[in-house]
Amino acid sequence: MRTPFTVRLFNSMPRAGWAALALFALFAWVWVPLAHLALPADHALHLSSYWVSLLGKILCYMVVAVAMDLIWGYAGILSLGHGLFFALGGYAFGMYLMRQIGRDGSYGAELPDFMVFLDWKELPWYWWGTDSFLWALLLVVAVPGLLAWVFGYFAFRSRIKGVYFAIITQALTYAAMLLFFRNETGFGGNNGFTDFKRILGHGITTPEMRVVLFALSAALLAGVLLLGRYLVTSRFGRVLAAIRDAESRVMFIGYNPLHYKLFVWTLSAVLCGLAGALYVPQVGIINPSEMSPANSIEIAVWVAVGGRGTLVGAVLGAGIVNLAKSWFTVSFPEYWPFFLGFLFIAVTLFLPNGVIGLWSTLRARLGARRPAPAAAEPPVQGAAAEPPAAESSRGAVA
Amino acid sequence: MKKQASHWARRALFLLPLLVAFLLLAAAGKARAALDEATLQGLGAADFGERIAAIEAVGATGGERARAIIAALEAGELGTAGGRVVIVRDGRVVDAASGEALELVADAVDSLRVNNRVRRALAVANAALDLESGERARRLAAAQTLRDNASEVVLPVLERALESEEDDAIREVVLLAAARVNLNADDPAKRLKAVTALGQSSDAGVKTLLEPFLDPASEPDAGVREAAAASIAAIERRVSIARNIGTVFSGLSLGSILLLAALGLAITYGVMGIINMAHGELLMIGAYAAFLVQGLFRAHLPEYVDWYVLAAIPAGFFAAAAVGVVMERTVLRFLYGRPLESLLATWGISLVLIQAARVLFGPQNVELANPSWMSGGMELAAGVVLPWNRIVILGFAVFVLLLVWLMMNRTRLGMFVRAVTQNRAMAGCVGVPTARVDTLAFAIGAGIAGLGGVALSQIANVGPAMGQGYIVDSFMVVVLGGVGQLAGAVWAAMGLGIVSKFLEGWAGAVIAKILVLVFIIAFIQKRPQGIFALKGRFADN
Amino acid sequence: MQTRRNFLKALTLSASIAAIGLPMGAQAADTIKVGILHSLSGTMAISETALKNVALMTIEEINASGGVLGKKLEAVVVDPASDWPLFAERSRQLLTQDKVAVVFGCWTSVSRKSVLPVFKELNGLLFYPVQYEGEELEKNVFYTGAAPNQQAIPAVEYLMSEEGGGAKRFFLLGTDYVYPRTTNKILRAFLHSKGVQDKDIEEVYTPFGHSDYQTIVANIKKFAAGGKTAVVSTINGDSNVPFYKELGNAGLKATEVPVVAFSVGEEELRGVDTKPLEGHLAAWNYFMSVKNPQNTAFIDKYKAWAKANGVPNADTVVTNDPMEATYVGIHMWKQAVEQAKTTDVDAVIQAVGGQSFKAPSGFTLTMDKTNHHLHKPVLIGEVRPDGQFDVVWQTREPIRAQPWSPFIEGNEGKQGL
Repeated sequence: MRTPFTVRLFNSMPRAGWAALALFALFAWVWVPLAHLALPADHALHLSSYWVSLLGKILCYMVVAVAMDLIWGYAGILSLGHGLFFALGGYAFGMYLMRQIGRDGSYGAELPDFMVFLDWKELPWYWWGTDSFLWALLLVVAVPGLLAWVFGYFAFRSRIKGVYFAIITQALTYAAMLLFFRNETGFGGNNGFTDFKRILGHGITTPEMRVVLFALSAALLAGVLLLGRYLVTSRFGRVLAAIRDAESRVMFIGYNPLHYKLFVWTLSAVLCGLAGALYVPQVGIINPSEMSPANSIEIAVWVAVGGRGTLVGAVLGAGIVNLAKSWFTVSFPEYWPFFLGFLFIAVTLFLPNGVIGLWSTLRARLGARRPAPAAAEPPVQGAAAEPPAAESSRGAVA
Repeated sequence: MKKQASHWARRALFLLPLLVAFLLLAAAGKARAALDEATLQGLGAADFGERIAAIEAVGATGGERARAIIAALEAGELGTAGGRVVIVRDGRVVDAASGEALELVADAVDSLRVNNRVRRALAVANAALDLESGERARRLAAAQTLRDNASEVVLPVLERALESEEDDAIREVVLLAAARVNLNADDPAKRLKAVTALGQSSDAGVKTLLEPFLDPASEPDAGVREAAAASIAAIERRVSIARNIGTVFSGLSLGSILLLAALGLAITYGVMGIINMAHGELLMIGAYAAFLVQGLFRAHLPEYVDWYVLAAIPAGFFAAAAVGVVMERTVLRFLYGRPLESLLATWGISLVLIQAARVLFGPQNVELANPSWMSGGMELAAGVVLPWNRIVILGFAVFVLLLVWLMMNRTRLGMFVRAVTQNRAMAGCVGVPTARVDTLAFAIGAGIAGLGGVALSQIANVGPAMGQGYIVDSFMVVVLGGVGQLAGAVWAAMGLGIVSKFLEGWAGAVIAKILVLVFIIAFIQKRPQGIFALKGRFADN
Repeated sequence: MQTRRNFLKALTLSASIAAIGLPMGAQAADTIKVGILHSLSGTMAISETALKNVALMTIEEINASGGVLGKKLEAVVVDPASDWPLFAERSRQLLTQDKVAVVFGCWTSVSRKSVLPVFKELNGLLFYPVQYEGEELEKNVFYTGAAPNQQAIPAVEYLMSEEGGGAKRFFLLGTDYVYPRTTNKILRAFLHSKGVQDKDIEEVYTPFGHSDYQTIVANIKKFAAGGKTAVVSTINGDSNVPFYKELGNAGLKATEVPVVAFSVGEEELRGVDTKPLEGHLAAWNYFMSVKNPQNTAFIDKYKAWAKANGVPNADTVVTNDPMEATYVGIHMWKQAVEQAKTTDVDAVIQAVGGQSFKAPSGFTLTMDKTNHHLHKPVLIGEVRPDGQFDVVWQTREPIRAQPWSPFIEGNEGKQGL
């Protein structure tokens, strides 16, 4: 008998999880708007625009981290090119934002400033329809999704995985970065898109808009967490984990891993695109350096720091690393790279399961007194998942 | 501003040939006049036009003093102090007019500098003088300068050289120089001779000179027009061959750099399955080692400073190898069999190393000079020069490759490394100390990266983040070649180098780079294991 | 189940981490806070670190002479880490959290573009010290670097003059981003106006961080075969070293094909073996080699500061154009605050226009009342073997900036705010 969807969704997360989610909703949808809009600027609890945009930005990063965790933690696919999908979503929505500037740009022209600059007389074909909000939303989903699907289809069909996959995704995002840096590509080159004015006719710098964007980011994060939770607890999620742990065996049993991998890979890219679309209006700029390989590696770091294969770990990792970054680059600018570097080494050496793993280890030790709740965690993939790839890569040097 | 420029322009246009002529006259020992103070003062004028007029006047007086002043001007040793023109040499100040020593500190002198225009005039004049020098090398260099810059003023000198010159190679160059001047002769026969002679040139610039002779409007003589067409065709042929050779060479050179950057990675990845994202920083360490060695040589062995690169080779190797050992012992040995995690940890290491270099050496790039034997280039044809530093690096890459091959195939360590690569468990069972082999292999891979860094220091930037620029390319080479395959790495590096260079010539640097990356992505789909895949059966491959 | 508990804990934890970000207390009133927004890590650290240093030095200098309005200046240094969105975040922080009176910072155009909306929204005040492409004018920004007509056009005029070699053909080489693109666009229009045809102009761009200039140098040679050629280089940052090395080794001498660069100064040449570069040119509004009392004092002060503050290689530090522009900018702001008797942004903006300052370049620079750009002299220098520049040509007096280049269509009549 098939359980109804709502029930399955509800059961995919424990009560406590739902409670936490409700708390989070209260924070994001009630407290932040109140503290930013209602309290006067000199009130002790007033939340300044700096903090609203900073937290909004981090929420978007958290979404990306969850998307990354879905493919890395659950399907064992490490992508070093996720920044690309994030940036593509950002660019797609950025095109809409540029069109919304209208004639308020420096040149007072119908075209975006950088095109006037390049002597372009009309919009290139791929800008068609970008003045429509809905079309822009469609692009936000379709462009990263389509690229991921095509790339994933060929890569997974050729059974590229592990390190090879990581490196070609890196090549992909690097190539895209070079392409977007070109001014002729038609996306503003190095300067990218900036100086946005409004969304749907409403000013983008108003406190209300800031709160709306923040609330939307929070909603996206909550939605993505729920969706992720639902997926990984479903039958689909179990097949995925099986593919991660022993792909050949899954094939011999009669599953085609291609479809599973492709679906989760494309979904992950789309989620990144959505996060990018919310990110751009909040930080006010999108430029090709978002596609630089280092940015994509950093996404993997968030997930590793938080703990792979838990979804919530990814959220935590993105939060910790980014808040630390914001703090360090102000207080000890020269030591930020040391901190990040050592954090990285320490996490991989001592916390293979991330901060979440640390938490459960501590609990396991303390909990010896209390009856331990469940047995072992589902193995968070680490050592167990990858030896086959390592084995295969040991070629002869001759 | 415009007014100023055109004023100078007119003046300069008028004066330049005069300057050359007077220098020549001075050399021939004809005009002689006393050096008067007013003329000398002109050398210190703020206006370059006035300065050139003064140079001309000084040249006109001729004699040893004038030559000394001109030579001092060229070397940047001429200056003004307390209202008089002086020469500063080895910290001593002498009066330019009289040559008597002055009680002045060198710091008090405002030195007079020459600009490009004066420098060019001086170069032509000096070349004309050098054409009668006793040294063959100087004559040849002079002839080459004149070949590219000859004007009517120097024609007598060229003709004299043609009479007296016995070296064929120099004669040929002088002939081209004379022909260049004779192009403007009124006598069609002379022009015909010149146009025909210039057909021997391989300089695309000469082609431009000849083009007007195709036009009946500017060249009335049909014979000359025909000869010009033939000469142009000959030059074009030669130029295009030379250019293709140049492109292939630049591809090979790029390939050799990619190979040096990737070779260490091929070993560490091949043997240990470790994705070393800090590989670029090992290159950086090698380059900084070269920088430090250069500093030591400059401080303690200034007479041997040209050979610092040789000393930097072992220094770069051991510095990077030492860092490699530390990395392996403290971090990587715990991550064997977890390539994706090794990737993250080594990325952390790379951040730390970059910032450490920034703190130690400052964020700016540091300066490394090419030793004189690696400066300049070998002229294949006019316009195609193969730089010595690139030739040396190409050779160095072959040397390193040979070294690695010997190490892998002819030493006990190499045998162990191959054994561990092929079957770690079995190797351990028969007594190979796998942990030590891992450390050594990683150290050697790191050391080779250090060698790559020394080579790169002769071509590119040396700065804290220099490694970042090579990491993606190095991975592409390793992945394309087939992991753990030396031969694959060689093919991949050279192939990528040459393909990039031909694509760049055709589509520009940005597009070329994108196309190469897309090509690699597509290639991996087709052959997931690279050009040289390991043979064998693996269920999980 | 354990995971589920973790989930709960984690959510509360992330909420509380987020909550740390509560507003800070009020500001101390006995100092004036001044923001410094330059990358100290990442790719731009190579250029921007020196600007941070010179800003701190200038602030020390002002404090030593009694501060501003009887208060000491307090520098708030933040690191945007060469990350463009972080520039916007940091400037918002400086303006809303630290409540600085003014910000000195940014280098790249994209970083400036990133912070502009923030400064407009919060009515902040930014002094931008680097030469840039123009095509911008903001009430909240004062530009102390050069606009294209204060750097690029005089340089090309010089190259065309018989004095500068009488170039007939121009190879415009740059890194592919907005500054080179715009500069070259303006130059092309300018060259057209001088009767140079398109066949005599070649425009080539390379990606950021490009390090293999073999093909390009070969192409320059090929192009130069067609007549007297000059190269106009807007190559950025790190790519300059490989370019000049290749140029030197391929035997292209400055006497044959001079290269004039707009982004190569004393700081950049520290990383280059300059012997083969002798005679190549750079156009700036200041050179370290300029001799006058202001400059000597400026250089001495900076060297002493570098030594006292443990800057790496302190004995070989150099000064350059953007550093001078930073120095001038901070002093002009100080003068304006003293004139306005307040640090209030609108009052200070009013007061900055028309300020003049005897700059280390040896000229008295004035801030234009209407276009927020400095009137600057143009100096053209030839590289000396010691990495310094010889000034071979300079304007007689400072020239007014044209941020809206008359050579770009649609700019007619746009000159002031």
